[in-house]
Amino acid sequence: MAAPPHLRPTTTVTRVMGDVLLALLPATVAWVWYFGPGVLFNMAVAAAVAVGCEAGCVALRGRDVRHQLADLSALVTAVLLAFCLPPLTPWWITATGAAFAIVFAKQLYGGLGFNPFNPAMAGYVVLLVSFPEELTRWLAPAGFDLAPATPGILDTLHVTVTGSLPEGLRWDALAGATPLDGLRTGLSQMRTVGEIRAAAPFGSLGGRGWEWISNWVAIGGCYLLWRRVIRWHIPVAMLLGLAVPATFWWLLDPGLHPPPTFHLFSGATMLCAFFIATDPVSAATSSVGRLVYGAGIGFLVFVIRSWGGYPDGVGFAVLLMNMAVPAIDQFTRPRTYGHAG
Amino acid sequence: MPETPRLWRFHGGLKLDARTERSTGRPITVLDPPGRLILPLSQHIGEPAEPVVAVGDRVLRGEPIARPSGMVGAKVHASSSGTVVEIGPHPVPHPSGLAAPCIVIETDGEDRAWEGYEPMTNYETLNAAALRARVRAAGVVGLGGATFPTAIKIGSVTGLKLLILNGAECEPYISCDDMLLRNRPAEVVAGAQVLLHVLEIGQCAIAIEENKAAAREALEAAIGRAGEARISVVTVPAVYPEGGEKQLIKVLTGEEVPADGVPPDIGFLCQNVGTAAAVARAVLYGEPLISRIVTVTGDGVAWPRNLEVRLGTPVADVVAACGGYTESAAHLLMGGAMMGLPLASDAVPVVKGTNCIVVASREEIRPRRPMLPCIRCGECSRICPAQLLPQQLYWHARAGELDRAQDYHLFDCIECGSCDVVCPSQIPLTQYFRYAKTEIWARERDRSRAEQARQRFEARRSRVDAEKEARRRRLDEKSKALEQTKDDAEARKAAVDEVLERVQARKHGDDQE
Amino acid sequence: MITAIAAIAGLALVFGLVLGYAAVRFRREADPVADQVDALLPQTQCGQCGFAGCRPYAEAIAAGEADINLCPPGGQATMRSLADLLDREPKPLAPEHGVEKPRLVAVIDEDVCIGCTLCIQACPVDAILGAGKQMHTVIASECTGCELCLPPCPVDCIDMVPEPVTLKSWRWPKPGEFVFAAADAGRTSPPAAAAPRKEPVPSSEAEG
Repeated sequence: MAAPPHLRPTTTVTRVMGDVLLALLPATVAWVWYFGPGVLFNMAVAAAVAVGCEAGCVALRGRDVRHQLADLSALVTAVLLAFCLPPLTPWWITATGAAFAIVFAKQLYGGLGFNPFNPAMAGYVVLLVSFPEELTRWLAPAGFDLAPATPGILDTLHVTVTGSLPEGLRWDALAGATPLDGLRTGLSQMRTVGEIRAAAPFGSLGGRGWEWISNWVAIGGCYLLWRRVIRWHIPVAMLLGLAVPATFWWLLDPGLHPPPTFHLFSGATMLCAFFIATDPVSAATSSVGRLVYGAGIGFLVFVIRSWGGYPDGVGFAVLLMNMAVPAIDQFTRPRTYGHAG
Repeated sequence: MPETPRLWRFHGGLKLDARTERSTGRPITVLDPPGRLILPLSQHIGEPAEPVVAVGDRVLRGEPIARPSGMVGAKVHASSSGTVVEIGPHPVPHPSGLAAPCIVIETDGEDRAWEGYEPMTNYETLNAAALRARVRAAGVVGLGGATFPTAIKIGSVTGLKLLILNGAECEPYISCDDMLLRNRPAEVVAGAQVLLHVLEIGQCAIAIEENKAAAREALEAAIGRAGEARISVVTVPAVYPEGGEKQLIKVLTGEEVPADGVPPDIGFLCQNVGTAAAVARAVLYGEPLISRIVTVTGDGVAWPRNLEVRLGTPVADVVAACGGYTESAAHLLMGGAMMGLPLASDAVPVVKGTNCIVVASREEIRPRRPMLPCIRCGECSRICPAQLLPQQLYWHARAGELDRAQDYHLFDCIECGSCDVVCPSQIPLTQYFRYAKTEIWARERDRSRAEQARQRFEARRSRVDAEKEARRRRLDEKSKALEQTKDDAEARKAAVDEVLERVQARKHGDDQE
Repeated sequence: MITAIAAIAGLALVFGLVLGYAAVRFRREADPVADQVDALLPQTQCGQCGFAGCRPYAEAIAAGEADINLCPPGGQATMRSLADLLDREPKPLAPEHGVEKPRLVAVIDEDVCIGCTLCIQACPVDAILGAGKQMHTVIASECTGCELCLPPCPVDCIDMVPEPVTLKSWRWPKPGEFVFAAADAGRTSPPAAAAPRKEPVPSSEAEG
């Protein structure tokens, strides 16, 4: 019997996930422009492993594989994970991360909708802790005379498949620190922020090239806002949660703390604000709760970057706030019509 | 009232396509009574009515055929003249498809009227009790769909600030109130005047959605002709479910009806415009509630339109009057697109709460897509007009944790269906809530029955124990008496003689019988 | 070293005193456990658990002498509520005590009943009306479905029938669990597609 209502939803999970992938397209192009095709290989490996693991787990649980895979959520996790990894990551590292993200951080909790932690971040953090050297071997962006020419397709493929550089290339010539990493190293060498940022790799906002990727991610994020795939609460709260303490400390001591614009356009800030923190399954649900959740992430990112052990704290910040979500939901329960507050 | 009164907004809500263009193209058509009328005894909230006629009785149009029983009930009247041929179970419009007691009348085609109620054209001189008695006698119930007996709703409430007439028809497909306001606004205005008198209020606001310009114009013209300064028309946004009583009150007044209370608690009373028209007919013309306006629409019916239908007319007859089914007819609903009940067959009758009959095609009502797990996106709570957390209610209803569901105010859900329409995972949320509600009621029934069983068990146990105790005491006394007479042969003989006499007496008594 | 030991011991003493005081000062009087358990049992008084009624079973559970999975009329739901209340492990119903069934009521076949009153004496809630050599009948609203009246009947005239569903007691079904493959097509009644009428309907038009 067809019970009411008789109108059907216009949106589906597949459409939501599809929009997210679409929104990441400009940023992907920017990635390839500045750092070569490595990110595409990472995406391919991560996507293959993620979808394969999801299919395997779903089949083991006796559910309909085609229906479960059609929601594209595994693909989104894989793509977001690939975005966080350096372009020359060997394939087994990417595969491990994707497999952990899907199997441990998602399927073992019950699959889509049941995971308390963001799977992409869980996978990334596991890789960061297990393979610290490979995950900090970034490239210098192309087009700024900061390094010899970015490795081409074949060279990148060689590294991805074998894990070692082809003949004629050396890591110390290729690798370049990320802006956040460069800042941290410079600060530990007792240089001021102003001196550090005067160096070649740094642009007006973040690092050269890097800030453009952040821009395109933010534009993709605005596309998601316009399509109403995500709501404004988490991105705005996260960016403010990062910008406000950053401004405060920068005003306090500009020599030791970079300006808030640097924080906003470096590292994975924009990616986190629009794509990672907004993962609905692991985020808070009430509007006020989402503001608290986003602000918490922003604040934690600032704390980890300024005083923690890692140059970019997005992964840990997100996982820590994921833990707080049940409490946040409990305390920010909205008032029901007709009831007192 | 000021020219453009201030309006508030209720939380959430959906903008839906009204789907009423096809059914509002022509004026209301009055449908003749059918050959057979099936009148359920329960067309209202409360206890079913009790029949006051028997099989074989001849009845006239408007004659009472069932009286209210219990505290909350309403009368049922014959919708046309004829003979009562059956009083028994018959399928009624209900999601279960079960049958309920009905009075079936075979009409004689003459449609002769019963002259029992005098028109009260001078109602302003009558007191409220007399008018309420007339409304009760006419069997008027809320025609917006809730079917609450109107006489009780307008019964002895004091301190009311505003009468609200609900013409905010927000559900897709339904246009009966729209057409009533376009074609018969004077009845609605008269009904408002009667209600203002009964309730002793000085202000009435008739709420109409902004997409019903023709209705608004007709109504304002009627108010002008009546020279009524107390009644004003308020235009409200066309957002579903604007016509929900609690939501409408919030929009018009900014105040919320308390969860465990009713609108009169905060000084407002809300009636559907159709109910007001029925009140006017009952008081001014002495007509009981025997017909109502029904929208018949959908791609599955040849000529969608609004009809005035006699209560008890089978749905099949109503659809036939609109040209019958088209080839694309696939679904039959009573109600609108969001809350309409599927009907098991078209043999069920039109009842007091039937505002719309939709014969939909497969394109209009598409099957549900397969369900996915909830992704916690929060759209459902963003859209909920009752400001609930459908996500939490769903989790707890699914897990069978019905106490937790009640903590999240499950019974405040008005089952509007908005949450279903925004869920990306295609979860039938409202279905879970309906299931949880009936499950909770069933468990309460079980609990009270268990309590009763416990009391009966205790009562029986104490009775059985008391009997045992009494028997034991009797035996004790007997054996004591026997002890005392052990050495007294004479006393023993006397006791034996006594017993023999008793036996003889009983035997003689038996022989004489 | 000494200061460390003294500090830890001092803290332990302070916290112990605080907790002891709180245990006494903030103690809540709860219902006796047997009453709470009894409130959860279905009061069928059938004896399938092996005890002479629901109250004795409740008392045995409270005393820790009986397991929580012995009540078939209560079913899984009751077992789980008991597990929640007493903080014990939920376990499946013990099959040797009976199986969970939907609610049934007893009905006496009046053609066969001989009026022996054996069933009346057996009913734990006095739900059977009758007297010696008079017709017996079951008061359906009071019958708990315990089936204790079936064995004593010498002519086997009692049947257990499911309770009829009324409009008031009808329940919405629970939506199917995670419908993955099949779409809930949910077609309602397919009315016979009749040909549209050629001539207009004979009825009167209302005022425009």
